[in-house]
Amino acid sequence: MNALQFVTIVMVCLASTVVVFTRDPLRQLMVAGIAGLLLAILFFSYQAPDVALSQIVVSTVAVPIMVLLALVHIKRDEGEHEEEDES
Amino acid sequence: MSPRARQISCVVVLLGFGAFLVWGVLGLQDFGHWTGLYGRRVLKVASSERQVTNVVSAVNFDYRMFDTLIEELILFTSVMGVMLVLRHQRGEDPEPEHAAGDSEGFEDTTDGVRVLGVILIGVTLLLGLYIVVHGHLTPGGGFQGGVILGAAVLLVFLAGEFVTVRHLHPVETMETIEAVGAAGFAGLGLGGLIASSAAFHNFIWTGTSGMLISGGTIPLSNLAVGCAVFGAILILASELLEQALIVRR
Repeated sequence: MNALQFVTIVMVCLASTVVVFTRDPLRQLMVAGIAGLLLAILFFSYQAPDVALSQIVVSTVAVPIMVLLALVHIKRDEGEHEEEDES
Repeated sequence: MSPRARQISCVVVLLGFGAFLVWGVLGLQDFGHWTGLYGRRVLKVASSERQVTNVVSAVNFDYRMFDTLIEELILFTSVMGVMLVLRHQRGEDPEPEHAAGDSEGFEDTTDGVRVLGVILIGVTLLLGLYIVVHGHLTPGGGFQGGVILGAAVLLVFLAGEFVTVRHLHPVETMETIEAVGAAGFAGLGLGGLIASSAAFHNFIWTGTSGMLISGGTIPLSNLAVGCAVFGAILILASELLEQALIVRR
């Protein structure tokens, strides 16, 4: 294990822990994206560029789109319920 | 079950899982000292036999292409599932009221995001195409490139309006693109069956290693997978967008 691999493993552990302890979904999404990028660097440092690329596209494109759209959806539903309560 | 008993059983299960995990990891071979025969053989043979420089794509899209076909069909089926679940149902208003707060819940896009989006659309599109087309030469391939291409179209939404993206008739066009990709992939398998009596046999001239046109069916499979993934990502996103934006229109 060289220095780059060691440093990235430590950073992936830290970032993943931060993801778990972030409670706000939107912030959690951002932190999870950063953790995913660090994971991609880890794969790259272990000479797996193909896997690293897949990790990048999944953690920074596919997952954020799904989660963001779901969040918009939930927010809208909450707004509707509040309106119903008021009327 | 009382909370106390639940906690205890949870700790027992977690400890057992942890023990098995540590046991399994300790039994792994050291990094870089794998003793499997298949991997070594492929590494020795692939670049001269198939004239590709990215051996990962030679495994995914040639030697083990039927695995990739199944993965491709899983993606296809899951997209169909999402479309089925999110379809307009009876009793749901397909054209929702316009009155309900035009931009409520959505803050207007700032100029910075718009400008950056417009700049990035071209770059992202080019990168996606590059990664799909060079899948057999450099890391990447149909899946990664397809997702990046999908992201480029979603940037259009980010920089502009959903209306602009709707003009592209995403779902109809993307359905076609996805289906063409999946059919093309299956067709390459059939081609091998016809040309040399083995499904997914690499039946096209493999050319010279390192050239853009080389590797026989491998770049074609990359293209097919790229189309299918591009379509799938956009169908998923636009189906979810339809749901999310139903109030906005």
